[in-house]
Amino acid sequence: MPKQTFILNGKTVTVNVADNVRLLWVIRDLLGVTGPKYGCGINVCKACTSHINGRAFNPCAVRVGDIENSDHVTTIEGLPKTVGRELHPMQRAWLNRDVPQCGYCQPGQIMAAVALVKKVRREGRSITEADLDHIRNICRCGTYTRIREAILEGAEHM
Amino acid sequence: MPDLPSPTTAAVDRRRFLGFVLGGATLVAAADLGLFETRASAQVPTLPQPAELYDLNDMLTDATRPTANLITVTINKNGTASFALPRAEVGQGITTSTAMLIAEELALPVDKVHVTLAKARPELVWNQLTGGSNTTISTYTPIRVAAAVAMGALLDAAAIQLGDTVANLVAKGGVISAPDGSSVTYGELATLAASSTTRSVDVVLKDAADFAVIGKSHNRVDALAAVTGRKTFTTDLQVAGALPTMVCRAPTLNGSPTKILNRATVLAMPGVTDVVMIDTGIAVRARTFGQCIDAVRTLRAEWTPGSVGRDSDADIVAELKAAQLPIPALPANPLAETIEQDVLFYFRSNSAMDTGSAIADVRSDRAEIWAGLKSPITAQEEIATALGLTPDAVTVHVVQAGGSFGRRLFFDAALEAAKISQKLGKPVKLMWHRADDARVGRAHPMALSRIRATVSGGEVVAFQQQHTSVETDYRHGLGELITDMAANLPTGNQGFAQTIFTLTQEIPYNFGVVDQSVIETDERFNTGSMRNIYSPDVRTAAELMVDRLARKLGKDPYHFRKELLRNDRTRAVLDKVASVGNWGRAMPAGTAQGIAIHKEYKGTSACLVEIDCRPATVNRDIPHAVTGPRVTKVVYAIDAGLVVNPRGLEAQMQGGINDGIALALTSSLHLRDGYFLEASWDNYFYTRQWNTPPSVKVIVMPSDSGQPGGAGEAGVAATFAAVACAYARATGKTPTYFPINHHELSFTPKPTVPPIPQSPTNGLKLTY
Repeated sequence: MPKQTFILNGKTVTVNVADNVRLLWVIRDLLGVTGPKYGCGINVCKACTSHINGRAFNPCAVRVGDIENSDHVTTIEGLPKTVGRELHPMQRAWLNRDVPQCGYCQPGQIMAAVALVKKVRREGRSITEADLDHIRNICRCGTYTRIREAILEGAEHM
Repeated sequence: MPDLPSPTTAAVDRRRFLGFVLGGATLVAAADLGLFETRASAQVPTLPQPAELYDLNDMLTDATRPTANLITVTINKNGTASFALPRAEVGQGITTSTAMLIAEELALPVDKVHVTLAKARPELVWNQLTGGSNTTISTYTPIRVAAAVAMGALLDAAAIQLGDTVANLVAKGGVISAPDGSSVTYGELATLAASSTTRSVDVVLKDAADFAVIGKSHNRVDALAAVTGRKTFTTDLQVAGALPTMVCRAPTLNGSPTKILNRATVLAMPGVTDVVMIDTGIAVRARTFGQCIDAVRTLRAEWTPGSVGRDSDADIVAELKAAQLPIPALPANPLAETIEQDVLFYFRSNSAMDTGSAIADVRSDRAEIWAGLKSPITAQEEIATALGLTPDAVTVHVVQAGGSFGRRLFFDAALEAAKISQKLGKPVKLMWHRADDARVGRAHPMALSRIRATVSGGEVVAFQQQHTSVETDYRHGLGELITDMAANLPTGNQGFAQTIFTLTQEIPYNFGVVDQSVIETDERFNTGSMRNIYSPDVRTAAELMVDRLARKLGKDPYHFRKELLRNDRTRAVLDKVASVGNWGRAMPAGTAQGIAIHKEYKGTSACLVEIDCRPATVNRDIPHAVTGPRVTKVVYAIDAGLVVNPRGLEAQMQGGINDGIALALTSSLHLRDGYFLEASWDNYFYTRQWNTPPSVKVIVMPSDSGQPGGAGEAGVAATFAAVACAYARATGKTPTYFPINHHELSFTPKPTVPPIPQSPTNGLKLTY
């Protein structure tokens, strides 16, 4: 069985598993890192949103065999370390606004929010209402109002 | 002349309760529920409907009274308090509000109170059901009594330790101090205050005027765990040997497998350990869920026909029409004019983000189950029956769940996992695929609500509503086997439906003869409640008619409601949203305001919305999205009586608002040829960021009520109704069905064979 090696939350990990298993299951079922959640398995709900080399992606839609040894995969568990703090400013904004209800989608929401802020900065602008409208992550508890507030607040401190 | 109790004495009496210090090594305190306060008698308005006098929450709360003394608060040696809450936390915030109640009576910081979820405790009978937005209503007093008993025992022990009297001591932040400066911590007192025998004690609860925690906004106790990914749900739990397991299901609703055609092929697939047939499908167990998906997609089987044959939406609509009965005739009045209107509500899914899931470890003589369960006692009893075990051999752990919306009143995945584990003789971690959750999981039943209003001499003289619905499954009973069995008896579920409808529905307007009734038909579907049972549909049909009546009588929708409301609290919330929302402001054509009310759960609420139905908005371009009319603004006022956590209540209203918008505009299930077409969140259109209102204001009304109201479901009905009314005013057409987009299918249905879609592989091309 192929050996799959990549960098997960700053540490090199190696797993024996077939190439076509999606990365989400390698992370959750084999490595026991459960921050990224399953919500659909078809890259629609975005509950598993994590980062690859600093960009948002959905590991439910990536074969582990397509990940390079040098790829940095960051889940919510590894997000604070990317800024060398106990909590990322976006997580602090989330706490400040008391965003979560059931909490299931929130790791994906936060990972998406951080990537969105970085994306608009690369584009030399700040977040607009239209950017918020285009976020695809579903929250079935309907925490959207506080998510929008928290993203704007978190962006100020990033 | 006999002495009358002074008002002060009466106020203290209402806060005086009996409790117990239980025998044990550390301090454990309990409330006595048998001597629960008598309910304050309700004022009797003119021609009240039953729910105004005794409602579903009274029934649910009364059912918990005989067992309230089984609810205990423990003081630990490290100075913290712990409490195993016999309810399910599914996002509604009850672990936070419960910690606040205990912190209040114990004078402890909220973070020193650890609230966990109790496993199934059959001795609690009707006191372990999470439903009807009843948790705070029914537990507000017993939990405080138990905490107050513990506080009293700590003070008694401290008085001995510090050589002073209780009256001189001050408890604060987990420390009890005497005037001479000496002090002792709760941790030091935990064992000293313990009693070797159980003894009863009198306690007086804190006066509301002295509340330091209750009524002050507090952030969720589990928020840090949620934002760091440390909050664990059922599928995150690691139970030895419980490998990922999924079920391959029939191509039609509730079909059963009769034969596996390629078992050997599937067993030989990478990672697959087991393939086994159960009544609901074919289970596969594998090293990863990804390999389960591959196996489920490869399985070929023969199936029995489904429970609804090849029926489609139109067949069920015809069935509901056939089940409608004549509305009772009123005395003939030649001057009266009647307006009649039917509003149809299609099936909707109560699927949560966290799909149906359970871990089961079934052995020959015992079983252990982990799942998010709102009726764990019923689950324990029914799983035991299915496994041929006695209930005491089945341990049922209640896990925090990623949403419920009514879905987790049932235990479909837990029962299924138990059956699979028993057949395999191995532990399993069962997870439903999103497609399973949407297609086979429970749905809010389709319903047709008929209203006949009678107008005479410029007044509404009668308002009759007949709600005809596909059966709502109440077979979870009140959370234990007795009422569960009663609901399972022939006509038993109908009896539940009648009772619950009668105990929840109200038309709080002076409309002369007011009459509401429910008819239920067709028990072939998997149904249940969905962030309320009847009210969102019943209220929406009614409020649309109220707008029609206002128009007919030449009145403004707000003023018409205000004049005819029979309830001051409801009028107050209505006035509040009208004033904050600037009711009646000039708006461009194609946009409009809508206003509506809903009174339930010991509270009352009003909602004002603004909607934009102009083509530029309706057709706004969001890739792969259902856009449509946009609710641009919501003002929501709720009087929920005594509010434990205003910030939590606001969150529940914000969530309920998004549910109400979804019900009005976008979210429904389509039944075609014997199955529901929706299999994804891009098929079932719950409110998304592009649908959510950019402006939402929730107003929590001040209240001098000593009684808390419900929150979890309270935001939905008034929002749904207000959006419906606004849409009708913006477009000039009163909708006759909901959601308004149901007749356009906005997606390509996924196949039913294989029953679940394959995960894509292009994720690295879609990074941002």
